[in-house]
Amino acid sequence: MSEPRSPVSPAVASTAAGGSLTVSIHQAGPIPLAADFHCAAGELLALVGPSGSGKTTLLRAIAGLYRPAGGRIDCGDESWLDRDRGVALGPQRRRVGIVFQDYALFPHLTARDNVKVALGHLDAARRNGCAERWLDRVRLEGLGGRYPSELSGGQRQRVALARALAREPRVLLLDEPFSAVDQVTRRRLQRELALLREEIHIPIVLVTHDLDEAVALADRLCVLHGGRSLQSGSAETLFRHPTSAEVARLLDRHNVFEGEVVEEDGRRRLQWGPWRLEVAAGLAALTPGQRVAWYLPDSDVVLHRRDRPSRGERENPVTGRVAEMVVLGGMTSITLAFDHARESLRFDIATHAARRNGLVRGAKAQVSLLASGIHLMPEEFSR
Amino acid sequence: MDWTALSVSLRLAALTCLFLLPVGLWLGRGLARARFRGKSLCEALVALPLVMPPTVLGFYLMMSFGREAPFGAFWQRLTGEGLNFTFTGILLASLVANLPFAVQPIQRAFEAIPANLCEAAWCSGLSPWQTFLRIELPLVWPGVVSALALTFAHTLGEFGVILMVGGAIDGETRTLAIAIYDRVQAFDEAGAGIMSAMLLLVSFLTIGVVYGLAGRRRWRRV
Repeated sequence: MSEPRSPVSPAVASTAAGGSLTVSIHQAGPIPLAADFHCAAGELLALVGPSGSGKTTLLRAIAGLYRPAGGRIDCGDESWLDRDRGVALGPQRRRVGIVFQDYALFPHLTARDNVKVALGHLDAARRNGCAERWLDRVRLEGLGGRYPSELSGGQRQRVALARALAREPRVLLLDEPFSAVDQVTRRRLQRELALLREEIHIPIVLVTHDLDEAVALADRLCVLHGGRSLQSGSAETLFRHPTSAEVARLLDRHNVFEGEVVEEDGRRRLQWGPWRLEVAAGLAALTPGQRVAWYLPDSDVVLHRRDRPSRGERENPVTGRVAEMVVLGGMTSITLAFDHARESLRFDIATHAARRNGLVRGAKAQVSLLASGIHLMPEEFSR
Repeated sequence: MDWTALSVSLRLAALTCLFLLPVGLWLGRGLARARFRGKSLCEALVALPLVMPPTVLGFYLMMSFGREAPFGAFWQRLTGEGLNFTFTGILLASLVANLPFAVQPIQRAFEAIPANLCEAAWCSGLSPWQTFLRIELPLVWPGVVSALALTFAHTLGEFGVILMVGGAIDGETRTLAIAIYDRVQAFDEAGAGIMSAMLLLVSFLTIGVVYGLAGRRRWRRV
């Protein structure tokens, strides 16, 4: 309740109710689930993961459309699900706003009436005006009389969003809300969501398989796989410090390798093939001889220039062979292969830089692996 | 023109529609939504009157309506009256014979509603009953209308089942379709012609009105 209210239309301001969402769902089957996450009021949490990872099932569980065998869902001071105490509120009593992937608009009702369906908590006399205000808020002025079939994909999504918010929900759930529209519309809708967020101070949970979308819109990401929540955190944290190779892979991060902790002149190093790599943090906690998985964000790979030395060139220099070069517009994705390792190192550089450095397939290339970027994942082998 | 027969026919058709409407909604919705073993068997049972020769269906109904049969005896105890050769008897027979016409269009209509439409309604705060009235019913309405039209028209024209169960008692079980047959048997082709034309007209008007009602909508599925 301490959230500052923005000076916006009364319809919007009325959703400003603070209360965070805490989800902890565990069941062995039929869909195995082991997910724990939290979303504060005003925060946008993205559930990311491949299809079949349980994202949508979890969203449905929050909405009360799916009843897991065990777990708790709390929103603010309300308990929506508590299997141990036999609490399982139906969707009508949870006050959630949900935007479905295909929007699920009622085709026989106009845009205005679609929104009005969610205004049952208001006096009948106020519903029309409130529905119109919501339509204005999502930039559908004057289109209230249209049926969903008479609206474009982007306009339908806006009606669905208006309907979800009209309920004055305590949580907003978005199930792949941008997947059914073209790229240009998607950008615009994403922008509008980002703007809308400044005005609604409730937890927002976004389900998406689009990482770029999650990174652009969410404050935090929760990585799911096979119904398990693997790691939650900001995109920056996840991309730099994934807890496991699996998380790195799910986040489309490459450059996961395997090394061994060694001691050299009293200092710990990471032995990787013929190289003993310096690591900025984490080695002290490990014992020499221990095998450890490590990861390097591609931003921390520095290509050595042919003509002049560049930043950090003395840091962990390694030499590989260019196995693959893929030009994607202004950027070129370089894959370096090493004789000693099955895994290859992938990083992007500007296409002109690749050209200037004479990189071609099969050529040798020297790069530095920045010590501060090397992230150790010791849990990988202890599991 | 046998106005009594026409009145029996219209009464029978209207009452069949009235009773089959809730049955069709309940069974059609249940069959569209439910997933259970033996669902195909249920659907086959509902469809059975469609493929059975009317005289065969009528024969079985007549046998089960008899006072010796369990159902007939039960009815006798319940109401003190028999079923064969009564209006109630042909109404019951008509309900059975028309079951597939009432259920199938409604079932198809329910199947065409995406499941998450009801979920969206619940999440908007509508109770299951409100969801049925405000979301499902309007969406299946065209299916309901065609179920009623089919049932009404089919009842008007039903001959074999009604004749087997009801005979042709004037003012009780003699429908227009049977009266036409009687006229032809009596070499009164002019009378049969007038009645046939009447039946044709009534059927056409029913279907026309009903389809006109169902067709007047602006929305489309998206």
